[in-house]
Amino acid sequence: MSDQAVAGHVAHEVHHEELGFWRKYVFSTDHKVIGIQYAVTGLLFLLFGFALMMLMRWQLAYPGAALPLIGPLLGEARMPGGTMLPEFYNELGAMHGTIMVFLGVVPLAVGGFGNFVLPLQIGAPDMAFPRINMVSYWCLFLGGITMLGSFFVPGGAAQSGWTSYTPLAVIAGTGQTWWLIGMIFLITSSLLGALNFITTTIQLRAKGLTFMRFPFFCWAQFVTAFLLLLAFPPLEAAGVMQLMDRVAGTSFFMPSGLVVSGQALTNAGGGNPLLWQHLFWFLAHPEVYVLILPGMGIVAEIIANNTRKPLWGYRSMVYSLVFLGFMSFIVWAHHMFMTGMGTAMAAFFQTTTMIISIPSVVILTALIISLWGGSIRFNTPMLFATAFLPMFGIGGLTGLPLGLNIADIPLHDTYYVIAHFHYVVAPGTIFALMAGIYYWYPKATGRKMNETLGKIHFVGSLVCMNVIFMPMFIIGLAGVSRRLFDAGTAYAFAQPTMHWNVVSSWGAWIMALFQLPFIFNFFWSLRNGEAVGDNPWEATTIEWSAPSPPPHGNFLGVPQAYRGPYEYSVPGAPRDFVPQYEA
Amino acid sequence: MDIPYTVVARRDTGLTNGKIGIWLFLASEVMLFGALFASYILIRTGAPSWPRGDTVLDVPLATLNTIVLITSSVTMVMAWASLMRHRFGMFRIYMGGTILLGLVFLVVKYFEYSHHFRLGELPSHNNFLAIYFTLTGLHGLHVLGGMAVNAYFWGPGAKLWKTNPVWFTNRVEHSGLFWHFVDLVWIFLFPTLYLL
Amino acid sequence: MTTSDHPADAATTDHAVDIDRHVRIYITVFVALMVLTIVTVTVSRLHLPVAMAVTVALIVAIIKGSLVACYFMHLISEKKLIYAVLALTGFFFIALMALPSFTVSDGYWMR
Repeated sequence: MSDQAVAGHVAHEVHHEELGFWRKYVFSTDHKVIGIQYAVTGLLFLLFGFALMMLMRWQLAYPGAALPLIGPLLGEARMPGGTMLPEFYNELGAMHGTIMVFLGVVPLAVGGFGNFVLPLQIGAPDMAFPRINMVSYWCLFLGGITMLGSFFVPGGAAQSGWTSYTPLAVIAGTGQTWWLIGMIFLITSSLLGALNFITTTIQLRAKGLTFMRFPFFCWAQFVTAFLLLLAFPPLEAAGVMQLMDRVAGTSFFMPSGLVVSGQALTNAGGGNPLLWQHLFWFLAHPEVYVLILPGMGIVAEIIANNTRKPLWGYRSMVYSLVFLGFMSFIVWAHHMFMTGMGTAMAAFFQTTTMIISIPSVVILTALIISLWGGSIRFNTPMLFATAFLPMFGIGGLTGLPLGLNIADIPLHDTYYVIAHFHYVVAPGTIFALMAGIYYWYPKATGRKMNETLGKIHFVGSLVCMNVIFMPMFIIGLAGVSRRLFDAGTAYAFAQPTMHWNVVSSWGAWIMALFQLPFIFNFFWSLRNGEAVGDNPWEATTIEWSAPSPPPHGNFLGVPQAYRGPYEYSVPGAPRDFVPQYEA
Repeated sequence: MDIPYTVVARRDTGLTNGKIGIWLFLASEVMLFGALFASYILIRTGAPSWPRGDTVLDVPLATLNTIVLITSSVTMVMAWASLMRHRFGMFRIYMGGTILLGLVFLVVKYFEYSHHFRLGELPSHNNFLAIYFTLTGLHGLHVLGGMAVNAYFWGPGAKLWKTNPVWFTNRVEHSGLFWHFVDLVWIFLFPTLYLL
Repeated sequence: MTTSDHPADAATTDHAVDIDRHVRIYITVFVALMVLTIVTVTVSRLHLPVAMAVTVALIVAIIKGSLVACYFMHLISEKKLIYAVLALTGFFFIALMALPSFTVSDGYWMR
């Protein structure tokens, strides 16, 4: 499929010498090739992370039961007699989270969609720093290989949660060291990408494309890039310090007097486990906005296009987005309410957290109101984009009690939290990313994906997502902790809700089946999808003025913006849309 | 395909791509070293006792290193100024001086580190040493990285002066910004670790 | 890549033509930095109480750092966009410095 994307090498670039296979498809500096590399990598890791979760769900539904067929394949060290060891469960949990967040969603949402669409949408020939762009992808690749490789080291992959809390992570096996090294590659990739996105957005936008004429998607990627740029470095520093604790025997995060398995540790002590938490969450809170913002951007584009109406409240949405990005840096300790925080700081973080819910609500409300009075076309991208709205609504609203320090007390580290964040990321962001794939696939390949298969994919996924995650609110409210290997078997209060685990698990396994039409569709449509021209969706933004797929350099002329991004159904216009790029 | 504003500044921002790019990178570095300084504050204020810097570390040697690094900042900016005056020979001299001074800095650090190691003062010994080695180690890696980039512009990269002198001058300026930043971090590191 | 631009564009690259004035400033700043280095080392030998020692050292370091930033890094004559990025970074830097310490000292962990 990358052949189709790049093979449109237009002949007018006469002075450009023909690149060999490796420079054109593997070590390419073309943002479209790099975007596809990121997207495919992200999708593969999403699938792998999904597989890890499906294994976990067996243990949660049928604790202690042997897994037929697959169990024995995973080896005696992890699944003796086909039954899961607690260590393996922890490995699956830590790596599911790590892979989904850092190797799945971010590479797809930012690396994939950002790289492919952003330059096209602003009318640029490429990113500002094409070679740095290429390096950023290969850093991600190395990080991914490191994370995958960690499964094969003695003791297995990281097992201390995606949050790698100390001191547990410091005394953990070798896999944790690989996790830390992998994170350093991934963080480097994001930092390089972020400075590229920001520079490109500011400098390479077309003539006439002022900031307030940007498609909302561009604003979303722009703010996301700032979050990545400024929030990741503290985690990199923390990662180096945890590596020092593990490898050089320092005690940054190791308090004095620790005893492990009856043996007192011989390190110097005097460290502070909370220091790790502060540095980790300083990144990880903005990170969750990195996970959602590109999705909001994608949904905004698709809703405007398929309602044939301008977005309602564009200006409010933009200001909210910028304010949200800013606030996201000063809410992080709401993840730490249970660490012995005093009332003054708890009040501070509770307040900033409540404040940050406002811009999210503004954006969601504007998107919902944008549907009102629209001539809605229910194609597959629109179905996923519309479903995003209530799903993100549920995820967002259920976050409110978690942000209030008193209400958080019974909910912290329970399944309620898991349900909350999965609602925002899974039927939230991932639905938005699916919408984006169906929407921009024609631009990247020159063909549309099959609508029937798309609708099957959509309905199955929507139902299954809710079957999986809604029960988790119930389990969490009953007090069942997260990360329990036996799903709560050992606790009397958990017994009335245990059956919900079976429901969630079957939801997950059936959801896997509903991804098959999507995977098939993705590859089948490359050759057999309906062939389309430049603008199959009759959209207004600049990327639709480029050929499908765009050649090296993107545009046949020099694009210019003459108006705002959503001039749909303009009274008196000959068609129901007036493109941003038409004079 | 040419990327616009690589060499010529964009009219409304008044900046080239590279200038924005390097400042954004430096902003991320501020957060990186900031996290380490924040860690230093947390660990020190939480410690029952903390040695004064001059009781553990070699202040005269570090003062020398401070002077070396500040001087190298001057030679770095003079290297760029020489290019602005179209004096390529002087650029070579000043840039060479910058790289050499960087090397002196690292050699001095090598002597400092090996002295501590010989005395058994490893990072694992106590948290003062842990944060000292981590902060100066990371800083030292940045010095090395800066030297590598500078060496590239002194050597093979200097070809660009013949084909695109303006772009070359800008790239040297950007490399200089990184180098000055490394000096700036040391200006805070030195009193924090050695004098307090 | 693009060949050498015509002379008018040299002026739009990041600095104006009076390099000689700049060089004089660089030398002045260098001397100031040397003096301040000597000052900070000398003051440290007085072994002031911690709070005062930290304050003085910080002030001197901020002055030295500002000189490097303003004159060697040309920040004093930079464009608004760069100032905006740095102001944003500065705000988050202070949050990172202050909030973890406040949270730990306000908490029950260390008591």
